[in-house]
Amino acid sequence: MISYIFIFLAILAVASALAVVISRNTVNSALFLVLTMVALAGVYLLLQAQFVAVIQVIVYAGAIMVLFLFVIMLLNLDAEKSLFNKLRVKYFVAFIFGVAVLAQILYSMGTVSNMLPEISPQMAQIGTVEAIGDVLFKEYILPFHIVALLLTAAATGALLIAQHTINPVTEKND
Amino acid sequence: MEPVTSTSYIVLGVALFMLLNSAALAVYFERRIAAFIQNRVGPNRVGPLGLFQPLADVVKLLLKEDVTPTQGYRVIHTIAPVIPVFTALMTAAVIPFGEGLYVTDINTGVLYLLAITSLGVYGVTLAGWSSNSKYSLLGGLRAAAQMVSYELPLGMAIASCILFSQSLSVVDVANSQEFWWNIFRNPIGAVIFVVATFAEANRTPFDLVEAEQELVGGFHTEYSSMKFGMFFLAEYMHVMIGSMLITTFFFGSYHLPFAGYWLPEITGMWKVILDVSVFTAKTVFFAFVFIWVRWTIPRFKYNQVMKLGWKKMLPLSIANFMVLAVLIYAYYNFL
Repeated sequence: MISYIFIFLAILAVASALAVVISRNTVNSALFLVLTMVALAGVYLLLQAQFVAVIQVIVYAGAIMVLFLFVIMLLNLDAEKSLFNKLRVKYFVAFIFGVAVLAQILYSMGTVSNMLPEISPQMAQIGTVEAIGDVLFKEYILPFHIVALLLTAAATGALLIAQHTINPVTEKND
Repeated sequence: MEPVTSTSYIVLGVALFMLLNSAALAVYFERRIAAFIQNRVGPNRVGPLGLFQPLADVVKLLLKEDVTPTQGYRVIHTIAPVIPVFTALMTAAVIPFGEGLYVTDINTGVLYLLAITSLGVYGVTLAGWSSNSKYSLLGGLRAAAQMVSYELPLGMAIASCILFSQSLSVVDVANSQEFWWNIFRNPIGAVIFVVATFAEANRTPFDLVEAEQELVGGFHTEYSSMKFGMFFLAEYMHVMIGSMLITTFFFGSYHLPFAGYWLPEITGMWKVILDVSVFTAKTVFFAFVFIWVRWTIPRFKYNQVMKLGWKKMLPLSIANFMVLAVLIYAYYNFL
């Protein structure tokens, strides 16, 4: 059962990653990217890495992709209109079912029944919040702080660039 | 993670059943209470006391014609209404309804709740965009911006609860309030959490999403029939979920006030009945508060909403978290 779910998620991730590149409409691409992220989170969950899985959804699917979507929607990057009329609900449903059937075929071929490594209770313990917090705030406290500083610097830099105005252009018009 | 038992399935089934029905009942009570507050009668014709009104509404919605804008984006327009319903239902998985009465107890339960909330933003954004109408788009963007902004104070308020429970599991958060509810230990956090929950559910005074004077119907302007019904259902499910979360995180979940001090040990069936009744009573009360506030307080301007979120509530919630962290550290180490 678990390796079946893994195959399903893996194919879903790869297929939707391909769809990100192939689909001509930018909003569709962004949405397929969200699907990829969620599928990856599912794979993490299968590996008992609950914390990483949830953080993957919060940070990538929840925060970053929403901002991507905002930008795409507001810029209104329009693709050819005809493409949209071709893509209907049934294609989307067919895509999902196709993934399910392909996963089943791969699974029934038998060679793939034990793809995932055995997860011992000790390994499952590593994925918990407590374990990650322990390692992050004790063993790797210095790298953690350096990363925090780097991120802050990057965010401040982005703000500076965004608020930097070019004066001469506006003054000429007055 | 605990193994899935048959109890989990039973709790899940009952919880989903109650959640779906409570949304329908919330619609009825919203209309009756609104009428009461405004000195009207409200719907009282369909069935005894008008109790079958939600049923009539659903039948009406199902029989209406389903219109998709010709220039809209059909696929996304169809998928969008499902997302908020889906995320609302997923929340039920980690909420404890009584001692031992929960679907699953994952050790990242609180983060799971935040992740689900952040996915709910897609429903409104996509609905607004795929309608290909400027009112819908503006409504959708407003909703999304508001939800993203208020997620931060919400998260910080929850984080200040975690300081008391010492665990990210929602069940542990509930258990840590047996003696003292979090509202008594963390009042600022409670206020921030309640306000942020109202904003997340897009209810008055934060219902700028559907400010009729500016945006016609907001993100669901172009929706009709059951697709609109889904949004309607999702709104009331979010009210119920919001009340459950307020109850769970700040009002002692299924514990009576200071229960650890005076309540004698009860076991078996009576304990289950007591727990579930206490939890339900609190949830119903907060659902009532949601409705009460809607018909009492006028809505903000949009800039005021943003200002409140980013400039007041976020710094306040972070400061609250830091102060509590220092106090708790001092309590455990020096006292």
